Amino acid sequence: MTAGAEQPVRIGVLALQGDVREHLAMLREAGAEAVAVRRPQELAQVDGLVIPGGESTTISKLARTFDLLDPLRAAAKEGVPMFGTCAGMIMLADRIEDGIPGQETIGGLDVVVRRNAFGRQVDSFEADLRLADLERPFHALFIRAPWVEAVGTDVEVVATVSSGPAEGRIVAVRQGHLLATSFHPEVTGDSRVHALFVEIVRQARAAGEHAG
Amino acid sequence: MTDTTNTSTPTPGTATGTDGVKRGMAEMLKGGVIMDVVTPEQAKIAEDAGAVAVMALERVPADIRAQGGVSRMSDPDMIDGIIEAVSIPVMAKARIGHFAEAQVLQSLGVDYIDESEVLTPADYANHIDKWQFTVPFVCGATNLGEALRRITEGAAMIRSKGEAGTGDVSNAVTHMRTIRAEIRRLQGLEADELYVAAKELQAPYSLVKEVAERGKLPVVLFTAGGIATPADAAMMMQLGAEGVFVGSGIFKSGNPAQRAEAIVKATTFYDDPDVVAKVSRGLGEAMVGINVEDVPQPHRLAERGW
Repeated sequence: MTAGAEQPVRIGVLALQGDVREHLAMLREAGAEAVAVRRPQELAQVDGLVIPGGESTTISKLARTFDLLDPLRAAAKEGVPMFGTCAGMIMLADRIEDGIPGQETIGGLDVVVRRNAFGRQVDSFEADLRLADLERPFHALFIRAPWVEAVGTDVEVVATVSSGPAEGRIVAVRQGHLLATSFHPEVTGDSRVHALFVEIVRQARAAGEHAG
Repeated sequence: MTDTTNTSTPTPGTATGTDGVKRGMAEMLKGGVIMDVVTPEQAKIAEDAGAVAVMALERVPADIRAQGGVSRMSDPDMIDGIIEAVSIPVMAKARIGHFAEAQVLQSLGVDYIDESEVLTPADYANHIDKWQFTVPFVCGATNLGEALRRITEGAAMIRSKGEAGTGDVSNAVTHMRTIRAEIRRLQGLEADELYVAAKELQAPYSLVKEVAERGKLPVVLFTAGGIATPADAAMMMQLGAEGVFVGSGIFKSGNPAQRAEAIVKATTFYDDPDVVAKVSRGLGEAMVGINVEDVPQPHRLAERGW
C-alpha cells in the first residue's frame, strides 16, 4: 500500500481449522502477500502470522499433533508478529480460564483470557467499538467470544466493550509484536485492523533487516 | 421480512441473533468435524479428539434406521447433560417444521439447531421459519434449489443430506457434486437468463443472482450423510465441502476415539494423501454399513424435505 518498490510483507494464516479464507482476503486487501500455513516449513517462510477464529481446543490439538506448537512458541518468542482473533486470542494467551483439561496455548501475551466468556451462541452479538489507533468506530462481531480478564504491565488495552451487560470488558490487546481481538475483524469487510497488523509486520521486518 | 442477501449490515448499539453472528458462527466451524453423540461420555471423547462441535441426539441415524418408529427431538435432560459435559458448541436436531421443538432447543441454550430429515418430519408442507429465532439453524439439501429455499427461510448453514446412518458416502457425493455443478452453471449464465434460472430452482431471484456473482452459497456448506472413514472426509473436502458432519460413523465403529481423531486430521490435511494414509492405519473396524441401494425408497431419509 505504501509507495516505492518495497517487497510486500508475507503473512501466514494458521490453517488448521477456522475462518482462514476470510483472513487471507483481508490481509491481501491490506496490502500483504497472504499464505496458508499448516506445516513447520511453511511457518519458517512468513514475516508474520494470523491465528484465525475457530475452535481453540481443535486448533490447539492439531498444532500439537502436527508438530507446530513448539515452532509457533519459538517464533512468538523470537519476535515474529502474530495476530489472533477469538480462538486465536486464546492461543496467544499465557493463561486461560475455562479451557479443557490440558489445553495448550502458544502464549506470549501476558494476559488471562476467559474462554466463551460472553456466553453461548444465543449471546453472540454485534457492537461498535472504539479502538486505540483507529479514528472511526469499528463494527465488531463477537461469536461465543472470549474476553481478557487480566493484563500484565506490558500489555496495552486496545479496546473495551462500550455498552451493555459486558461494558468495560477488555476485547483487544497488544503487547509489542503480538495483537489479539475477541471479535472477528476478518468477517465484516473492514480491513483497518488487518492494516494495523500489516504495519506491525512491516516495522518488525525493517527492524530485523537493520539488525541483520 | 428479513433481507437474506446481506451478511454484515452494520447495526448501531449491541444486537444478538443477527445474520452476521448466525452465519459467522458457521464460518468458525470451517475445516472442522461435527460429531453425533448420544451421551456425555461420547461428547467428551469427541471434544478430546478435536471435534469443533457435537450434535446431541438420542439415537444415531443407524439406530433410528434399525429401530424404526417416530423419531423426535432428544430429551432435554440428555441435552443438558451434554451441554454440561463439554465446552465446545453443542448442536441438536428438531423435526422438519416442528417450530415448538426448536423453541425448546433454543431455551435449553443449544448453539445450533439442525432441522433434520433424520428425524420424522412434523410438517410435510412447511419448514420452520428460522428468522424467528436467535439461535442459528443448519439444514440439509440435495441440490442448489433446496439449499436456497432453506436459506430463504433463514438457515445460516447448509449441509448435504447424504443418506444418514448407512456408512455409504455415495449420496453425499451426489448432493455435493450437484450443488457445486448447479452453482457453476449459474456462473456461466447471462444476466437476463438468471430470472428463468430462479424460476427453475424455485428460489428467490436475489439469492440466485448473488450465488451467480460470488460462485458460492452465501452461507457455509458442510457435508453429511454416510461419512465413515478419513478418506471419505478427505474426498468430501476435495469436492468442495467446507467441513464435515459424522453421524453414526464414529460411535458405531470399533475404536471411536481413534477414528474420531483420524477423521479430524484427515479433514485438515484433506489434500495431503500422505497424512490421510497415515491416519487411516490401524483404525479397526469401520461401521458395518448398508448400501443406499438396499434401503427401500420409503425409508430413504434424504428424500424427506423439499
